[in-house]
Amino acid sequence: MTDVIMPQMGESIAEGTVTKWMKKVGDKVQRDEPLFEISTDKVDAEIPSPAAGVLKEIRVEPGTTVPINTVVGVIAAEGEAVASAPAPGAASAPTPAEPARPPSAPATAPTAAPTAAPAPPRPELAQADGGTAPPPRPEPPKPSPAPAEKPRSDMTVDELRQSRSSPVVRKIAAEHNVDIRQIPGTGIAGRVTKQDILGHLEGRPGETAAQPAPAAAPAPPRPPSAAPAPAAQPAPAPPRPSFPAGPRVEIVPMSPIRRKTAEHMTLSKRTSAHVATVFEVDMSRVASLRQKYRQAYEERSGIKLTYLPFIVKATVDALKAFPVLNSSVEDNNIVYRHDVNIGMAVALDWGLIVPVIRNADEKNILGLARAVVDLAERARSRHLKVDEVQGGTFTITNPGVFGSLFGTPIINQPQVAILGVGTIEKRPVVRDDAIAIRTMSYFALSFDHRIVDGSDADRFMAHIKKGLQEFDESAL
Amino acid sequence: MSLPCSALDPSRPLEVRRLGRVPYAEGLDLQARLVADRQAGRVPDTLLLLEHDPVFTLGRNARAEHVLVPEAVLRARGFDVFETGRGGDVTYHGPGQVVGYPILDLAPDRCDVHRYVRDLEEVLIRTCRDYGVAAVRVAGMTGAWVGEAKIGAIGVRIARWVTSHGFAFNVAGDTAPFGLIVPCGIRGRGVTSLESLLGRAVERGETMDRLASHMAAVFGRTIARA
Repeated sequence: MTDVIMPQMGESIAEGTVTKWMKKVGDKVQRDEPLFEISTDKVDAEIPSPAAGVLKEIRVEPGTTVPINTVVGVIAAEGEAVASAPAPGAASAPTPAEPARPPSAPATAPTAAPTAAPAPPRPELAQADGGTAPPPRPEPPKPSPAPAEKPRSDMTVDELRQSRSSPVVRKIAAEHNVDIRQIPGTGIAGRVTKQDILGHLEGRPGETAAQPAPAAAPAPPRPPSAAPAPAAQPAPAPPRPSFPAGPRVEIVPMSPIRRKTAEHMTLSKRTSAHVATVFEVDMSRVASLRQKYRQAYEERSGIKLTYLPFIVKATVDALKAFPVLNSSVEDNNIVYRHDVNIGMAVALDWGLIVPVIRNADEKNILGLARAVVDLAERARSRHLKVDEVQGGTFTITNPGVFGSLFGTPIINQPQVAILGVGTIEKRPVVRDDAIAIRTMSYFALSFDHRIVDGSDADRFMAHIKKGLQEFDESAL
Repeated sequence: MSLPCSALDPSRPLEVRRLGRVPYAEGLDLQARLVADRQAGRVPDTLLLLEHDPVFTLGRNARAEHVLVPEAVLRARGFDVFETGRGGDVTYHGPGQVVGYPILDLAPDRCDVHRYVRDLEEVLIRTCRDYGVAAVRVAGMTGAWVGEAKIGAIGVRIARWVTSHGFAFNVAGDTAPFGLIVPCGIRGRGVTSLESLLGRAVERGETMDRLASHMAAVFGRTIARA
């Protein structure tokens, strides 16, 4: 077994980013054959394989930066590869599994939002791995020693917390066939730390790595009883549906994305103390600025100038003024985020997704307009990358496009507020004691009253309102 | 450091090839062949000097938002757009810019990517100095800078210590296309050229001579004409 390490490509270089693997797990590789590519500063480098054999494990996925000498993969000699092949799925593919973490991942949207590219449910991963390892000698498949993990959507909140452990811990767990959920976690939010798992292993009598740990393997989610049911007995009845299937009733299981969405929505409602506040915003100035610059933008950059970049800009400015709205809650801490990453809900025919405009505070109107168009287009064509639906610090949703006056959206965890923009239309309003026709919109903010006071939320909204009504033309 | 370093060629020649105006794709092909040949020891260290047709190139680390204009618009205006395997973000190449692609084997004595990048900066800085222009390094922003503006850009690929891609030195030409991107992902800084700094025309061949001789000096090679 040969470890593939992040090489030190220069004296002053402390870390490198894996940008690409030229081989898949299970592929044969010759010594000195290009194996992966890394990137440091202004340099991309192709790294040859340190040994001949089979790429058994990829431990560092593209896009991940690790210190030099970190083991990024493992090459097994060919015979060796077979003997130890069935790599426990959970460890051998440490997809930056963060996407599946419930509290931080959800690029999930307010009104119904599945994450686009979350890690597939674990069991699939495990299978895929088993399948790609080349078995020269046909062997009856052994029961997988991997602790079968439930799909995340089936986990309870406690289980989800405990499984939020670092890749190192998951790897150790997989190597020793330990179910992380069996270990009491002392880390943040009950996470199992490296110390926890090492302590657990030391205390464990007669540790045998080769054997599956039957006790630890939880039953797959569906069969409710572990004992094989007597043949004659009908399958254990699922909870009786209110409406049995029949000619007038169709029962459709939820898709994984729908289940995830459902889980996230109820999790959010259970987690945050939702309160909504609604402001009426006069969009007339923005409408006229938009009219004025629309053509120039279209000609200069091919960008269609919509209302959204203006709203994002005003929101970003308000977030800067009221940082608590850009924060999140972890245990008893308020986590202030200095990056302003704005998620924007995009409606798709298969659901809703929330791509993230990163560092929105560093962009001008053109940059925001470009990001809005680009992310929306790629969301529709399903070309978003995983990290483009992660890391949002605040979300904007736009039910107004469907005619809604305003809604009270559900907060996108772990964020603490979400802005819903209602339909933008001309309405009669009173100006200087006369009835005038103005372009108006209702903006609704749902905020987490655990940490956001009503006064902060309302002043934040007033800031947005002012920013839009007195929009600074020089930003265009 | 586990990467193998090959034997040292005592004479250490540097073959300089001047290619004139080359479409970007052809330049890529030629580099790929030369890298393979250099790895196999079939050719000596080589420096390609050329100019490109107008093209935007995106390095491995390029961020889409650093191209401020949709690709379709760029193409409609006659710019090519390429994603390449070099390091760095997005940049522009076009007439008036001397592009240098050193295909060097850095083994055994120069196996350090940062040193390589700093050495390329040195070549650009010395070349500027020949013209009385004081270019400097700026920490964290690879390239050669004159005041707040970049005069030479660097983006490099290394495979088994054989280099490709390299530097782009703004001798003359239209720097306006840089306005369509955020060059190398660095905002708030401009781009300049030798001619605009000197206020006079600069002969391209002379600049290439100077770049080549500084390459040889900095890297301890002897120029051999192809």
